[in-house]
Amino acid sequence: MAAPHPWLKPGVIAGACIPGAVIVARAATGHLGANPIAESLNRFGLCALIFLVASLACSPVKMLTGWTWPVRIRRNVGVIAFAYASVHLLTYVGVDQGFAWGTLFKDVLKRPFIAVGFLAWLGMLPLAITSTDAMVKRLGFVKWKQLHRVAYAAGVLGAIHFYMRVKSDVREPLVYASVVGTLLVLRVVDAIRHPKPKPKPRAAPRPEPG
Amino acid sequence: MALPKEPPSSEITPEKDYLRRREFIRNAALLTATAAGVGGGVVLLGGAGPLGSDGGAKPPPVQGPATAPSAAKGNETAEGEMGTYTRNAKYRVDGEKVNSFEEITHYNNYYEFGTDKSDPAQNAHTLKTKPWTIQVEGETSKPRTIGMEDIRQWFPLEERVYRFRCVEAWSMVVPWMGFPLADLVKKLEPTSKAKYVAFTTLMRPEEMPGQQHAILDWPYIEGLRMDEATHPLAFIAVGLYGKELPNQNGAPLRLVTPWKYGFKGVKAIVKIRFTEKEPPTTWNLAAPGEYGFYANVNPDHDHPRWSQKTERRIGEWRRRPSLPFNGYADQVASLYSGMDLHRYF
Repeated sequence: MAAPHPWLKPGVIAGACIPGAVIVARAATGHLGANPIAESLNRFGLCALIFLVASLACSPVKMLTGWTWPVRIRRNVGVIAFAYASVHLLTYVGVDQGFAWGTLFKDVLKRPFIAVGFLAWLGMLPLAITSTDAMVKRLGFVKWKQLHRVAYAAGVLGAIHFYMRVKSDVREPLVYASVVGTLLVLRVVDAIRHPKPKPKPRAAPRPEPG
Repeated sequence: MALPKEPPSSEITPEKDYLRRREFIRNAALLTATAAGVGGGVVLLGGAGPLGSDGGAKPPPVQGPATAPSAAKGNETAEGEMGTYTRNAKYRVDGEKVNSFEEITHYNNYYEFGTDKSDPAQNAHTLKTKPWTIQVEGETSKPRTIGMEDIRQWFPLEERVYRFRCVEAWSMVVPWMGFPLADLVKKLEPTSKAKYVAFTTLMRPEEMPGQQHAILDWPYIEGLRMDEATHPLAFIAVGLYGKELPNQNGAPLRLVTPWKYGFKGVKAIVKIRFTEKEPPTTWNLAAPGEYGFYANVNPDHDHPRWSQKTERRIGEWRRRPSLPFNGYADQVASLYSGMDLHRYF
């Protein structure tokens, strides 16, 4: 039998492209305000954070509801988040700063705000690379899962990056930070309540009575 | 001639697919709904731009290039909806394009109307600027309340084209209309004790929705040293592009100090207070490490979170280098001679 909900993955991926297309279309037609570069930079970043938080929410939603579909799209949502984060980074590096590598390099070192955002992207990079079925197999599921816990660190860094960006009205960044925090707490609580059975050491051959 | 009695077999839908046609339609519908839900959800969360606003909304038509840098050496006289005014030939920005009325009126930092750049254009229409009075107090020989009409009668209007540099590293070129702050200060008769002057923005949360949230310590206050306030460049704007100043730009009157970052340009002024000591100012209180009292444009003094070396001129693709005192160093640098500009940033 075919996988249930064959429409789910293509639907999510198609839907995820919509905000990006809207940003590009609005910027191209002069409908993104007087500073379309800054505006699209901010919007791509926000999309990255939204999808990253959504990918982190998949497991807790499954825990709370018993639904299995969120976990089946989790990897796709994570890759979408990485794609938006990469477009956000490229917009900053290329369009905003004009590939002025000297300035960029100094900015990353000197400004925690930029460094935190860059670290979040860097954290997502190995996760995106290992997001294919083949890579899951190659790493083994246990190792793969451990590696992909880095997604939480990226989420926390992403929320901090957003918080540090705004000048005074921190309400919106705080919403994202608290959602990431809540998801993290849910996972920790779950891990404590349902400790994973330790992989049994391979039983030593029982000495046969002679 | 024998016509085929039935379509070629290649066009016959396999029975298995025929039987699944409902499932196919259902899946297509669910796919579309999922895509719309995901895409719409992210757009609603602000992922594709500010909600309900349209940065490209058509502005009221602007007749002609109100301030095309003309070759004329002397002052010109012009006629606008605010009457006759002079185009001051001394204050032009030659060789740089003046930003459009639309850009200047739809990209604003005016947190009293919201923190998005597009919020003021959308929300500022609720502000009532008539009647308008200004309280004059502190170190003045004549504390009093003056009406906006009086102020408008005191001074002839002139147009000046100034660079405008925001602390967020973007900039514009703006044709303001108004009068020198020095003239106003003189009229308000500060005493010899007055070393500073502080300006306060209107506090009216019902008309300024941003004031309903404590994002800043309302009302907004900014200040200048007296020698800065009486410098010929310091300006009070009551108009823009030959028209009444739009609400989102600080109507009915605002401060313009082109050699300082934009946040010094306090809008919708209702109080002017002369003081002996440096007045506390809003952004400096909110983040003393990021926004100083002086706030002079200084490419060598970075904001902790970004460089001030370059800026994006609104409407331009590439960043341009920022200039000390925003290009007005020859006129104002002497005000700060002997001062450590990193300490007094």
